[in-house]
Amino acid sequence: MMLQQQREVDAEYLLFQAKREKAFLTGSEAVAEAIKRANVDMSVGYPITPQSEAMQLIGELYQMGYLQDYYRAENEFAVMASIHGASLGGGRVFTSTSGPGTLRAMEMFPVWAGARQPIVCAFMCRGLSLPPSIQPENIEMGMLLNTGMIMLHAETVQDYFDMILGAYAIAEQPEVHLPIGVFADGFFLTHTRESVTLPPSDIKLKTYNPSAAPVPCFNSETPPLRITRDPLLNKSNAISYGANASWHQEILSASIRSKKHINRYIGGSLETENPDAGIMIVASGTAVSQSREALRILHKMGIRAGLVKIKTIRPFPGEELAAATARASLILVPEFNAEGWLSREVMASLDRNSRVVSGPRVFGGMTMPPNLIVNEILSRIS
Amino acid sequence: MRNLFQVSAAFEDIMPAEYKSLIENGPFGGDKGVTDLGTFKELLEEHPLCAGCGLALSLRLILASLPNPEHTIIVGSTGCSALAFPQAAVHNIHSLFGNQNAVASGLKRALSLRFPDVVKDVVVIAGDGATADIGLDMVMHSWFRQERITTIMLDNEAYANTGGQESGMSQEGAVLNMAPKGKNFSKISVPELAWASGCAYVAAVTPANPRKLQSAVRRGILAARETGSSYIQVYSPCPTNYKFKPNQTIEKVKSREKDGTYQVREYISDEAQLLFDRLEEVKNG
Ligand SMILES: Cc1ncc(C[n+]2csc(CCOP(=O)(O)OP(=O)(O)O)c2C)c(N)n1
Ligand SMILES: [Mg+2]
Repeated sequence: MMLQQQREVDAEYLLFQAKREKAFLTGSEAVAEAIKRANVDMSVGYPITPQSEAMQLIGELYQMGYLQDYYRAENEFAVMASIHGASLGGGRVFTSTSGPGTLRAMEMFPVWAGARQPIVCAFMCRGLSLPPSIQPENIEMGMLLNTGMIMLHAETVQDYFDMILGAYAIAEQPEVHLPIGVFADGFFLTHTRESVTLPPSDIKLKTYNPSAAPVPCFNSETPPLRITRDPLLNKSNAISYGANASWHQEILSASIRSKKHINRYIGGSLETENPDAGIMIVASGTAVSQSREALRILHKMGIRAGLVKIKTIRPFPGEELAAATARASLILVPEFNAEGWLSREVMASLDRNSRVVSGPRVFGGMTMPPNLIVNEILSRIS
Repeated sequence: MRNLFQVSAAFEDIMPAEYKSLIENGPFGGDKGVTDLGTFKELLEEHPLCAGCGLALSLRLILASLPNPEHTIIVGSTGCSALAFPQAAVHNIHSLFGNQNAVASGLKRALSLRFPDVVKDVVVIAGDGATADIGLDMVMHSWFRQERITTIMLDNEAYANTGGQESGMSQEGAVLNMAPKGKNFSKISVPELAWASGCAYVAAVTPANPRKLQSAVRRGILAARETGSSYIQVYSPCPTNYKFKPNQTIEKVKSREKDGTYQVREYISDEAQLLFDRLEEVKNG
């Protein structure tokens, strides 16, 4: 396939106004379709299951001319460092990884946030060693909660496509300028096919303008002469401590300021079904789909329950969640990991958090049958 | 070139004096070098490194040797030199310990995409620990990939910034922190690794010979522009951790050259040699 001529359009047009056509895609293919329309300059990758296919497809896009540079790096830490360098030089970048790759690169994520870079990274979550597992599990998300990046969690292949494109629009707002991780539960999303709708491929996002960034670009085109993004290197004095602290506060503020752009580009931080129900399920990622099935089964049994789908893990929509669950007396948080990081976030955001049941949780390669959720609810209300 | 940087008239009265002197009398335009030191405003302002610091001296000489300072971006790493870079009037990046060559790879590629018609030199300047130990995989892979960057190691034969621990570049037998019985393997031959990895230009130099150091830096940068990766190692002894007097730094360098434990050397690929010959020819008219 050859490169098509692409017209640059606003994110609004690309995401909401352009006429969409149906396609039947895996999550990996949807990632490539998003990047095809994202006007990305450069991508760097390193293979790991279940991410490999997506980064291979990005390589094909490069070969066709949709990206200007692409290479396989020596390890994930190097990937994230190279992407950091390319973004400091003013490029729009993309990468992706999974589980052990995420942890190998861990030291770089707070650097992206601290350097205020609008990097978009697709995380295709899987188990970590030991014992080893390549199966779907999102334990790595719990380990990335405090890196300063914005975290979006896709439920469906459609979400994954829309959130990756939306992520560029949100991340590149001058008042945000933070990295965004777009997370999916590996295999469930990356390797299964779903019906989706896509805008045409002859349009793409506008070229990234690094001079609109809140921090200078490292291209030696920007005075002042003496700049570094490490003026905050801790020297032992109060001015240095204060500068460091206010820089961190500014990262937190930028994350809060992202909310209005999250509302605009991905339709808000959460979605609620049956908000008046006394039983609420709160979930993110593919646990949402399993919870929808559980609602259907419960409905047939004459039990009314509701559902909150959390789309943004950072910034965490605590107040919105508190409002959405205000009337609930039982709140269930099903998760694909052993730690229960989402239920801790939920409990920390709600009053009367004895209402929260932390589970059911599956991991190690197990699936989450809807009946597991149903039975948990039944055992609590009988 | 001199009017590349200008202070807006409205700010003239509040700009710091050293900033104004950089604009009026800085090294921009590429016609200044180590033999002009003392006659122009240097890129490195007062720095907080120790008295007699070999690394600070090397850094001063390296910065004075840059052929294109107004279009040079330096990628550093954690270590003593990271304390000096916030005082340097050149775009410089520092994020972590050891990632410098990966950052520089991405940076150089993005700059090549964005400024295809402008020469932008990307120069890595990092310690021996950063280069030969924690970052060695990324250093060598940047050479394997033939990234168009210059890597300069400030070799003080120790982890100086953390208090003088053994590094891979310490000499065999050296008693240092974390090597209480003496280092039990030899100094890593990074110049030879660089040469075997495909670098177009490799040099090991010292600040005891500033002209030679300048020639190495310029050759390294020119080779990186036109042929492939380049590597320059600069012996920069540390009085604080090796416990010699601050006024003996250059003597230390000279004695190590004399006893053969630090060998100044150069490896030049045929392609790079042709390039240097051509440039010399142009220069000599
Ligand atoms: C991942 C990581 N490990 C360890 C350190 C601690 N550390 C900071 S500087 C340094 C030594 C630097 O040695 P070198 O690169 O030789 O530079 P020098 O200080 O000697 O100039 C170490 C070990 C760190 N900052 N990051
Ligand atoms: Mg050192």
